[in-house]
Amino acid sequence: MSASRRPLPGWVEIGLLPLANIAMAFLLVGLIVAVIGVDPFHALKLLVLGAVGSSESIGYTLYYATNFIFTGLAVAVAFHAGLFNIGGEGQAYIGGLGCGLAVLALDGLLPGLLMVPLAILASAAFGAAWAAIPAWMQAWRGSHIVITTIMFNFVASALMVYLMVNVLIAPGSMTPQSRGFAASASVPSMQAALQWIGIAVAPSALNLSLLLALLACVGVWIFLWHTPWGYGLRTMGQNPEAALYAGTNLKRATMLAMCLSGALAGGVAVNELLGVHHRLVLDFAAGYGFTGIAVALMGRGHPLGIVLAALLFGALQQGGAELNFEIPKITREMVVVIQGLVILFSGALVHLPRPWLQALFARRG
Amino acid sequence: MEEALTLVIATLAATLRVATPLVLCAMGGLFSEKSGIIDVGLEGKMLMAAFFAAATASLTGSAWAGVGAAILAAEVLALLHGFACITHRGNQVVSGIAINILAMGLTVVLGTAWFGRGGQTPPLAGTERLNPIFFPVAGDNILVYVALLSVPFAWWVIERTRFGLRLRAVGEVPLAVDAAGISVSWLRYRAVLICGLFAGLAGAYLSIAQNAGFSRDMTAGQGFIALAAIIFGRWRPVPAFGACLAFGLLDAIAIRLQGVKLPHVGEVPVQLIQALPYLLTLFLLAGFIGRTVAPKAAGVPYEKEH
Repeated sequence: MSASRRPLPGWVEIGLLPLANIAMAFLLVGLIVAVIGVDPFHALKLLVLGAVGSSESIGYTLYYATNFIFTGLAVAVAFHAGLFNIGGEGQAYIGGLGCGLAVLALDGLLPGLLMVPLAILASAAFGAAWAAIPAWMQAWRGSHIVITTIMFNFVASALMVYLMVNVLIAPGSMTPQSRGFAASASVPSMQAALQWIGIAVAPSALNLSLLLALLACVGVWIFLWHTPWGYGLRTMGQNPEAALYAGTNLKRATMLAMCLSGALAGGVAVNELLGVHHRLVLDFAAGYGFTGIAVALMGRGHPLGIVLAALLFGALQQGGAELNFEIPKITREMVVVIQGLVILFSGALVHLPRPWLQALFARRG
Repeated sequence: MEEALTLVIATLAATLRVATPLVLCAMGGLFSEKSGIIDVGLEGKMLMAAFFAAATASLTGSAWAGVGAAILAAEVLALLHGFACITHRGNQVVSGIAINILAMGLTVVLGTAWFGRGGQTPPLAGTERLNPIFFPVAGDNILVYVALLSVPFAWWVIERTRFGLRLRAVGEVPLAVDAAGISVSWLRYRAVLICGLFAGLAGAYLSIAQNAGFSRDMTAGQGFIALAAIIFGRWRPVPAFGACLAFGLLDAIAIRLQGVKLPHVGEVPVQLIQALPYLLTLFLLAGFIGRTVAPKAAGVPYEKEH
């Protein structure tokens, strides 16, 4: 083997290398902030304060993190199977369609205890179905999943605009949104839930979907590392031929990985529609699918890492909004820049700091 | 009769206007993909170029300075893509996505900081824009002709020159090219740089020729449509050009059909027509309209044996 692949100690590989990647991304962000003419350290202080300074801001940080956990897990599950699912955006969007259709059809008939689980299942099912088509195209027709999932994002967006403007719009409404969901068809807010057990927090968009997201993390961890299907899936990601030889049905594994991925992306719809908007709206998933890529790469595809990365991006999203409020020169899109840089350094340039770390830590052969 | 003729000509002119950035982008993307470097980042390069074109034109008052800045901006991103994918053998799709997201954010961040107009650049006029040459109504600025010339140029370079032959070879069997003593990296870097040049021109077209200034996310998926056109054209310049024209025509028709009721069909949803390029490409990719043949080594980093 060439020198560039000399092994590093485990703690450097798992701990230091990712940190070095993130550090480079944030160094560049600091530079951009300085170029704009703002003191980066002052900006950082405002950002941290805006993200975790009060119970309200912590609530919003966790609310954003909920979305990122869902989309991060979605990207990670597919990635472990060697599939790059860029369609999280569209799958979350169509998941919302399933959620909305289920609630709009049944919220007058079913009690909340049945309605909410059904709506969650509908979100997952529609998200999975939207991912199943590119999965089928990859498994049976040999078309590249990256290209098809990109196209499906655009198709999902066009479909939703059409449905919202022409079919699902509330009668008499000027903006393209559906009628409000019945009160029973909602995921309780965290504030209400905590009040019930006697803890008072400020109201925010945070709702119990966070628990669902954490549950999904545990589920994904068990599935990927402790079931034969998860094993087959990861083997396929590492070496399709070996997986085939070991008896994995590659086509079925592709379908499984993508459907699971799409279902997880559907979780965004639960958080946004059942937890916050309480009606079907346009563009509720905007940006979350792409952030999921950054989250999954930064979290190295492991649920624990994804939770940490999602928290960071949640804090950036919330803190970024507050920062923009204090310093209008720094727009919320700064978060998008950070996402791009994190994807670049934790993804495409992941091996960039390796030679330096090798010079410091590699065992000499 | 004359009315119909006017309508046809107007629609054709609109087609060409819409297709120009697609053609430029597709020809650029072809070079990159032919050399084995997948370029999902066309969209981002074009967006960044569009921003810097408008910003520079607005600050200097010269459209040509804008074009130069656009090319420079796109080349920086192209080099970044090359650095990640060729030098560091990173994942090409991840790098492309990173470039798209980076451009999406950075254009608004810089735009707001510099101009304070919510991500837009000041409106451009006169010499700050590339103006039509022969037919003011048709909007035939210089970049439209550059786009039309880029097709025979791409065909000639890829099919008829030694560089093109090597480019095709490096996209199929890089090992053979390496064995012949030709640098795989240098060939691919050149391909990526050519791609950046064309994406830069496409971006400049958007913000200082077709429109009078930059607005956020103004590429609106056109980079991906160009990518679709490359696939549709099966990685060949002339068919890819045809696909761009077809997609441009769809767009021109979509604008005409807005709110019009057709006999027997009723009102065609505009969203359907807008989604058609993607839907058609998906049908193509699913193998319903013939097979696609991507360069064999596309997406695979080349690792030199030691």
